[in-house]
Amino acid sequence: MIPAIKIEQVQKHYGALQALRGIDLTIEQGEFFALLGPNGAGKSTLINLLAGLIKPTSGRLAVMGFDVQADYRQARHALGVVPQELVFDPFFNVREMLRFQAGYFGRGPENDDWVDEIIECLGLADKAHTNMRRLSGGMKRRALIAQALAHRPPVIVLDEPTAGVDVELRQMLWEFIKRLNREGHTVILTTHYLEEAETLCSRVAMMKQGQIIALDTTANLLKKIPGKNLRLKLSAALPESLRPLLRHEEAFEYMLALTDVTQVEPVLSQIRQASIAVEDMQLIEADLEDVFVDLVSKP
Amino acid sequence: MRLISARMRGPWTLFKKELLRFWRVSFQTVAAPVMTALLYLLVFSHVLEGRVQVHGMNYTSFLIPGLIMMSVLQNAFANSSSSLIQSKVMGNLVFVLLTPLSYLEFFLAFLLASVVRGVVVGLGIYLVAILFIDLPMAHPLMVLLFAVIGSALLGAFGIIAGIWADKFDQMAAFQNFIIMPLSFLSGVFYSIHSLPPFWQAVSHLNPFFYMIDGFRYGFFGVSDISPLISLSIVLGSFFAISWLALTMLKSGYKLRG
Repeated sequence: MIPAIKIEQVQKHYGALQALRGIDLTIEQGEFFALLGPNGAGKSTLINLLAGLIKPTSGRLAVMGFDVQADYRQARHALGVVPQELVFDPFFNVREMLRFQAGYFGRGPENDDWVDEIIECLGLADKAHTNMRRLSGGMKRRALIAQALAHRPPVIVLDEPTAGVDVELRQMLWEFIKRLNREGHTVILTTHYLEEAETLCSRVAMMKQGQIIALDTTANLLKKIPGKNLRLKLSAALPESLRPLLRHEEAFEYMLALTDVTQVEPVLSQIRQASIAVEDMQLIEADLEDVFVDLVSKP
Repeated sequence: MRLISARMRGPWTLFKKELLRFWRVSFQTVAAPVMTALLYLLVFSHVLEGRVQVHGMNYTSFLIPGLIMMSVLQNAFANSSSSLIQSKVMGNLVFVLLTPLSYLEFFLAFLLASVVRGVVVGLGIYLVAILFIDLPMAHPLMVLLFAVIGSALLGAFGIIAGIWADKFDQMAAFQNFIIMPLSFLSGVFYSIHSLPPFWQAVSHLNPFFYMIDGFRYGFFGVSDISPLISLSIVLGSFFAISWLALTMLKSGYKLRG
């Protein structure tokens, strides 16, 4: 099967700045894929390259087997992009915008039922005749997603789709995106909410300074790190001997990384020996955020 | 019944969107320029009627075609340039850039919408003016030809300005320091034969002069220079400016980094 996305040796330089330093990435059809990384890691640059909004300095990108430069028409037909910023055309209402958007892709009145369906599914029905300008932030976000879907693309890319969205709407958007994925769409998203990537996405790429520093299934990434976090609140500073386990600290609160539960007792005995009192203690499952913090904080 | 093939629907939709964009605010994009032109007409004809004759005709009649053409050109420029700068600043141009539309289709959609806006404004001024003044039309085809090609030229120029400008004040500079002087100094309000030889020569470097002069020929059958020469120069300018606009669009200059 042709991969939904194939990125080979892609570099993007802006003068001396190397935004992307050789990206290789293949995403299969039907995947629910997350692209994680701090600001400036190159996630949006990668998305803009896929969408043809910018050109690579070198390398090749293909969507459903179509080169984004040479076969740009087919590549763009196959791709729906939800931009990060809340952009909108102030002259038109929601339904008009969606019909125009489908029209740019060659879809005419036969597509109107689909437009009405996505309006319905995204809870925009009572706003269909409202000017884009008058929509609230959350409604604009829904309209943006609807616009990316108007031409029925098989591959959907969402750049920070839940940034600045309240909890209720976030849940609703995820349900909708999960449904699209179940129906066969390939979904690629960037997000800062790591727990979302963890619960939703089957595979994750972590980016840092224009490179992919980890690429694996979510489950495998979680296996790579110590399995438990021990959070301790102490009456005095942590003994030096325990420092190697330290993940992060704040005042007299410490987060220690443990491989399993059997490590708890030795840690506590060392604290007792140093005559330090434990004021509070919590054992937490490690999550994707820990993998992320580990990888990103490494020099 | 399908009136439009799927292949043509993309550019057609963009053209239709551009038409609706100005039509939604037609009070500002059509009624306002008609009003402005009529105010010029009122003031200048009041001051100069009976005192000045051009090509042996009364001043008001002479003035009307020039005013119409000036408005046609200014509005054609305003349409493509303001649409592009607005959607660049707002960020919603991305919705067009994400589509499979080619650079040529993009160009044609913006260009044709500019032509429609220019011609609609021109027609508006004409229809109001003939309520008050007898205006002959010796060669209607020439009138239409100059209006269409002239507004296409300015529409293409507006595309260049819209791509180039990053901010509204850069666009205002384009409008105030290029479009306004070129249109005011093109012989709208006077025949260039009334100018000293040096300024006559300078006027011949202004492409707006040929558009105004050729358009006026369509009404009166007289002009400062041969309408066929004017037509050639206007067409030549149109091809040159279009080539530049298409080159910019093809390279992705300022639109696709």
